[in-house]
Amino acid sequence: MKKLSILLALVLAFSMFAMGCGGSSDDAAADDSSAGGNVIKIGVFEPASGDNGAGGKQETLGIQYANAMQPTVEINGEEYQVQLEIVDNESSTDKGPTAAQNLVSKGVSIVLGSYGSGVSIAASDIFGDAGIPALGVTCTNPQVTEGNDHYFRICFLDPFQGTVLANFAKDNFEAQTAYCLAKLGDDYSVGLCNYFKQAFEGLGGKVVYETFPDGNSDFTSYVANAAKANADVFFAPVSTEAAALIIDQASAQNLQMPILAGDTWDSNVITGAAKGKNVDINVTTFYQEGGNPEFDEGIKAWIEGDSTNLANNGGNTDLAAVTAMGYDAYFTALEAIKLAGSADPADVMAALPNVSYEGVTGLITFNEIGDANRTTAYVKHCNTESGIWEFVAEQGVE
Amino acid sequence: MDFIRDNLPYILAGISVGGQYALIAIGYTMVYGILRLINFAHGDMFMIAGLMGVYAVTWMPLYLAIPFVIIFTVVLGFLIERVAYRPLRSAPRMSVMISAIGVSYLLQNLALYVTGGLTKTYPSIPWISNTITVFGATTKVVTVITPILTIGLVVALMILIHKTKIGMAMRAVSRDFETSRLMGIQIDNVISMTFIIGSFLAAIGSILYFSNYTGVMPTAGAMPGLKAFVAAVFGGIGSIPGAVIGAFIIGICENIIKGMGLTTFSDAFTFAFLIIILIVRPTGLFGEKNIDKV
Repeated sequence: MKKLSILLALVLAFSMFAMGCGGSSDDAAADDSSAGGNVIKIGVFEPASGDNGAGGKQETLGIQYANAMQPTVEINGEEYQVQLEIVDNESSTDKGPTAAQNLVSKGVSIVLGSYGSGVSIAASDIFGDAGIPALGVTCTNPQVTEGNDHYFRICFLDPFQGTVLANFAKDNFEAQTAYCLAKLGDDYSVGLCNYFKQAFEGLGGKVVYETFPDGNSDFTSYVANAAKANADVFFAPVSTEAAALIIDQASAQNLQMPILAGDTWDSNVITGAAKGKNVDINVTTFYQEGGNPEFDEGIKAWIEGDSTNLANNGGNTDLAAVTAMGYDAYFTALEAIKLAGSADPADVMAALPNVSYEGVTGLITFNEIGDANRTTAYVKHCNTESGIWEFVAEQGVE
Repeated sequence: MDFIRDNLPYILAGISVGGQYALIAIGYTMVYGILRLINFAHGDMFMIAGLMGVYAVTWMPLYLAIPFVIIFTVVLGFLIERVAYRPLRSAPRMSVMISAIGVSYLLQNLALYVTGGLTKTYPSIPWISNTITVFGATTKVVTVITPILTIGLVVALMILIHKTKIGMAMRAVSRDFETSRLMGIQIDNVISMTFIIGSFLAAIGSILYFSNYTGVMPTAGAMPGLKAFVAAVFGGIGSIPGAVIGAFIIGICENIIKGMGLTTFSDAFTFAFLIIILIVRPTGLFGEKNIDKV
């Protein structure tokens, strides 16, 4: 009997592994195009599950679309096939490094990602030690690129985004008190809340700041706390999973307060959750649908043409800014490879700071830290009747 | 009046979430009472019930979907016991526990595989997802009906346990496994029945819980499951009224702590509270030696 129980436990453990790996290996296999000849590998370090699964999948879609558009790159007159190596970092800072190690052992020349600053920071050293450059797509926390030479990024930063949002709250809603909600231990939301707080207090406002623990799905009391604090705006730059619950609860409690958030909320998960509800949502983001009609049309047709892509985009063809960013990141990486004239990670890393690329989200150039030089953010408002994003303003910082 | 208006939302939320924990906690406490097994897969059963609710409404109309979810969960609970626990009936207790942990991970990973890791939004059920205003606090109808439904179900369960033949068999098995077998009680049937009741309540709990907190993800069962388990220990594991009262105390406690502005520590306080209670009363609130352990 004892043997039987050990056997059973083993069988369960193995089936667990089989299940866990199933999802990600499917994705990778789908992108194994003709592998013969000259191949250069680009690693895609994105979450496909966990808190940021939805956003990570949309960012990956942009990269995959770009790869479908431009599957080859020319290095010194030779044609190289670009192969994407996609891993799932599970939105988790303890599982991310394993996924990163996986990319290193696959011998990628450059890594794109991740969605979510926390995982990027956690995996940074693995890429650094292996001498592989990483190009952050939408990780906005300053710590990602700070103090290292290998991490670059193409998006704006949280100090900038936080200031933009604080200005927006002050200008548009004449807010005196802001309620900020972050997830405990999450670098992105805690960081952004702090920058918002600094900027907002600098403008003479008052901030009530609270955090919720991992795994929390009951936001009743947080919404009630915001109402009790008599706040004028509700600032919650949290993951889309938590966001959907917050929106639902805000509507259920009839919270008459504009909700502000950062780039993560620019997702059809949010518009889906807010549709038909009594909420006022405003977010800052990288790209406004319609900014480049040709790109919009192409990617929509591509997403619609494949049921897996459609499912990964949340079941419709609404474009998220992260998808456009993923698209630009891929081409920025190709640009760096061309400039390096080599598939060697060290050469690509050396070439990256000099890259200048005009993408669909604007001109991408890097400063000495490795951050993109960006000076504007787009503010969008969610139309709760039609469930789409509406452009509000292009906001910079004075 | 201001005081009530300010604090009522927290108390309402606490009572409601407490009722939902209670429905899960009964499953833990009954299985423990009879098998001396902590069924770690119970929280994940609850999650699977929620996930099934998401899919069921796309397959059939709502009035069929709800009974379907309940029946599916009951069958799943029955099958888990049949496949993963019954073959280990004479094995050391630790083996069954490991088996339960295995089932828990299996269910979570299965959900991860099916959903692709994305959070599914629970369908809104007419009426119970509507908003109402109670003394100036706006909330969903489900918040108000949860405690009523919970107490109704618990009363029905107590009647079942104390007035029916199967209830008597359950009480007997919980007292003494071997002797009740000698007395001609089909203990396998009694154990199956326990799992069926536990799963049934978990399914009801999942409908109520996810109507209020609409995101269903593969790990959605972990936290409510843990809290319900804590509630069961808190009330004295093996005791049904204890589990229910424990669940209400934990639900109200964590919401009041959040309302006091100590949001960061709400879980920490809840668990610290548990430790204090267990130091003072090691058997929990109602876990006296002679209680009916069902």
